[in-house]
Amino acid sequence: MSSVRILVGTRKGAFILIADGARKRWKVSGPHFAGWEIYHMKGSPVAPDRIYASQTSGWFGQIIQRSDDGGKTWNTPGSGPEELRSADGMPKGESNKFVYDGVPGTHQWYDGTQHPWEFKRVWHLEPSLNDPEHVYAGVEDAALFESRDGGKSWRELSGLRKHDTGPKWQPGAGGMCLHTILIDPKNPQRISVAISAAGAFRTDDGGATWKPINRGLRSQYIPDPTAEVGHCVHRIAMHPSRPDTLFMQKHWDVMRSDDGGDSWREVSGNLPSDFGFPIDVHAHEPETIYVVPIKSDSEHYPPSGRLRVYRSRSGGNEWEALTKGLPQRNCYVNVLRDAMSVDSLEPCGIYFGTTGGQVYASANGGDTWKPIVRDLPAVLSVEVQTLP
Amino acid sequence: MIRIVLPPHLRTLARVDGEVELSVAGPITQRSVLDAVEAKYPMLRGTMRDHVTQLRRPLVRFFACGEDLSHESPDTPLPDAVAKGSEPFVIIGAIAGG
Repeated sequence: MSSVRILVGTRKGAFILIADGARKRWKVSGPHFAGWEIYHMKGSPVAPDRIYASQTSGWFGQIIQRSDDGGKTWNTPGSGPEELRSADGMPKGESNKFVYDGVPGTHQWYDGTQHPWEFKRVWHLEPSLNDPEHVYAGVEDAALFESRDGGKSWRELSGLRKHDTGPKWQPGAGGMCLHTILIDPKNPQRISVAISAAGAFRTDDGGATWKPINRGLRSQYIPDPTAEVGHCVHRIAMHPSRPDTLFMQKHWDVMRSDDGGDSWREVSGNLPSDFGFPIDVHAHEPETIYVVPIKSDSEHYPPSGRLRVYRSRSGGNEWEALTKGLPQRNCYVNVLRDAMSVDSLEPCGIYFGTTGGQVYASANGGDTWKPIVRDLPAVLSVEVQTLP
Repeated sequence: MIRIVLPPHLRTLARVDGEVELSVAGPITQRSVLDAVEAKYPMLRGTMRDHVTQLRRPLVRFFACGEDLSHESPDTPLPDAVAKGSEPFVIIGAIAGG
């Protein structure tokens, strides 16, 4: 029987939630890496028990963890018992070495001056679609790295950061992070990424060269609302069967592209607020999408204290509120950009975590919800694995 | 043997309990002690000092014999008591917050 494994990153450790295909009884393990911020965990699509985790701390910096047994045990890549006896002698211990290629240069700072690029942490890990040793890392200050040896070592795909517009990129309130990495299943040379607050970018040659894909975005809060870069993109989602169709939750506005990001149009429609962070697509219905409206950029909680997921079955514009099982009074949590995910069972399961420590699940496409856990640390990320 | 006290989170990362004891070749300095720690526990590389610049991470501090040695040169000899193993070299995560 199929099962579901949810990888939950929080401000104070990681948790793994497991249930069978009925998705009614959940086993909770954790905290793993207790006391550390776990920005993201994600499993390899071709080897689901290979899971990568980004563990980070203001004191001790970045750590990459890897599990090869579905999250039961973890190692920093390159420091497992067998590797400590390697023929090379001393292990390199470089699984957390993220060094920008060449002279890092500068980007725009909050006050408009130029500021050196400085590595802070890994926000998002995206394993390759066909090789468990190959994984991408989106980092702050914004750049894309890759590892082809299971996370033991990393190199920057510096064509992105060295794009002509790089000096114009600027941090959002949460830092200048590269948080979204979408690999085209039909053409793995095509990768789209999103950066707060630079915008979206795409490569068609495996990461060597990049172009901004922000045409159609309109951001009233920047000097030129339709500028080539500078847009605060919060999240982009894609259905694997239709990689040219992208859905974006921008700072304000929910957007859609049907040409791989070359052009965008707004599909916010009747949402009560088009500010928000996550966006995701139903596993079996490429035109069914989900967002969590948030009141505003200064009031990071649901409008009217009512936690509502909104679903559109028409790829945007017409939205319905999903409320059954979600708190409809006095709820002032946020749902962060990487904290929503879907399983691929029938019916499709939708999951999201809140800054209040709840992880909610719907086993019927969003019609009804139940909390799996209520009292975790603030949830930073939720990834779901559907296991055979 | 040089005695080293790691902060709790780094003990967890290195999978050690209590103090670490290591033999350190040559002059006993912050640099030689940290080199020895990182050689034995490569998962700690980058957590106490920067991979490239080798500068101490801002919220990591070094103490020995009741003295804060964080701003000493990494090549300054550590106190004799540390070199003789009667006192530990203490690495701590700075107390920050409120």
